[in-house]
Amino acid sequence: MSLLTTTGLTAHYGDFQALFGVDIALNEGETIAIIGANGAGKTTLMRSISGVLQNGPEMITLSGQPIGGLSADQILPLGLAMVPEGRRLFPSLSVEENLLIGTYGRKVDGYWSLEAIYDLFPILAERRNNPGTALSGGQQQMVAIGRALMSNPKVLLCDEISLGLAPVVIKDIYAAVPKIQASGASLIVVEQDIGQAMKVADRVYCMMEGRVTLEGTPDSFSRNDIHAAYFGVSA
Amino acid sequence: MIWLDTLVQGILLGGLYALFAAGLSLVFGIMRLVNLAHGDLIVMAAYLILLLVTLLGLSPFVAAAIAAPLMYLIGWGLQKHLLNRTLGTDILPPLLVTFGLSIALQNALLEGFSADSQRLPTGEISTASVDLGVMTVGVLPLLTFGSAVAVIVGLNQLFYRTELGRAFRATSDDPTTASLMGIRPSDIFAKATAIAMLVVTLAALYLGMRSNFDPNIGPARLIYAFQAVIIGGLGSLWGTLAGGIIIGLAQTIGAAINPEWQILAGHVAFLIVLLLRPRGLFPRAFD
Ligand SMILES: Nc1ncnc2c1ncn2[C@@H]1O[C@H](COP(=O)(O)OP(=O)(O)O)[C@@H](O)[C@H]1O
Ligand SMILES: [Mg+2]
Repeated sequence: MSLLTTTGLTAHYGDFQALFGVDIALNEGETIAIIGANGAGKTTLMRSISGVLQNGPEMITLSGQPIGGLSADQILPLGLAMVPEGRRLFPSLSVEENLLIGTYGRKVDGYWSLEAIYDLFPILAERRNNPGTALSGGQQQMVAIGRALMSNPKVLLCDEISLGLAPVVIKDIYAAVPKIQASGASLIVVEQDIGQAMKVADRVYCMMEGRVTLEGTPDSFSRNDIHAAYFGVSA
Repeated sequence: MIWLDTLVQGILLGGLYALFAAGLSLVFGIMRLVNLAHGDLIVMAAYLILLLVTLLGLSPFVAAAIAAPLMYLIGWGLQKHLLNRTLGTDILPPLLVTFGLSIALQNALLEGFSADSQRLPTGEISTASVDLGVMTVGVLPLLTFGSAVAVIVGLNQLFYRTELGRAFRATSDDPTTASLMGIRPSDIFAKATAIAMLVVTLAALYLGMRSNFDPNIGPARLIYAFQAVIIGGLGSLWGTLAGGIIIGLAQTIGAAINPEWQILAGHVAFLIVLLLRPRGLFPRAFD
């Protein structure tokens, strides 16, 4: 049984339908990448899974339990955390407070703690008392990842953690991914930057216009397959 | 010496206004909700204290201590079941609903307690004063001011030193992302309004001991509170204290020049500050 599934997942913004029956599965210990062009529906999929958007209860399951109808604050304690697109740090909280709020109201056992996050991203320890938003983009992304890890999630969703960052910074951020995998978390990594995602993923889903257009292991398809699934036309 | 006395009286009066305003400031800072019934809730709490005083023969202070948890629960329920439903991208529903609540509260109090003006019995404390050498100062105004400072310090500690305070700030910044942290914004808002009602009870205690009150004085208290919050800068608690003091000072100085100018002077000070600092004295860095 998969740790997380979506089955025939649909999502709407008012009259606009953004997802048309998306089926994905994440197995225990696995990392999957979800790639696709801007507007393909990747963020909508992440917002649905994390509970920011509500869906039919049975459309999403976590450890076999239907969670599609639950709100984000109900889903987090079940072991699913998200690094949202655009980082979304809390401007009135310091770096350390941004990390601490990841465990609001709960004691969580597990690998991740303030110390473990500072170990993963040492620069954050130096900046712990700065306002979160006074940091560089890459450092802010580290805070956003650390904040989500603080709840020791079974499933971690990362929505475009490379967005707007320089290549060297992206490398730094992605260097943390194997350590997160080693801590036992299962990951969904959403990227437009296909290269990084393919390197860390066991399987890849490609989305276009609210549908999954390609699915498989990174080495099972050619550049041309990806191009077709990504843009709807062959290269 | 008369001027020194006026200044001190003004500052101390500012403490009362800051108490009126602190709950409003707290709620606005966290959920951008302008509660137009805030003044009427203060009056309601004053009647609740009066009821406990008359029925049980308690001192106003003890009665307020009993009224506080009741007001806390009322605030929690009010936010959870009514005000939370009005929050959204549109700013009009909360204004309309709290305006309606204000009228409903005034009428309910009128029904229950009549239009007669009331006062909490204070015993010696209302006339007691301390001699500071150059002047004497009333114990009650001093106590009011001390309570206002204690409330502001306490709320700041809550905001910046506790986990709940962290959640208050995070939810105020971005409720959607806060919910991704396992925070339920509607619960946070309910707790904030509940805490504001504790401050409202304290404000009611001093209001009722220092002056007469009747069911219709709420809106006027709301205006002083509102002015204090705006002068201080929306969301800043120390700013709210400063705002209260400025209104208090302006009123006492105005009254010292001409007794008819008391209220007007407060409003003029408010307008002057708004002209010079449209975002208040201590605005938030971001918004
Ligand atoms: N809040 C919103 N309201 C209306 N439409 C939206 C909203 N957010 C996204 N969309 C639309 O939904 C589609 C999918 O968007 P999104 O999930 O953000 O894609 P991606 O993350 O793959 O770039 C796009 O057509 C986008 O314009
Ligand atoms: Mg996106």
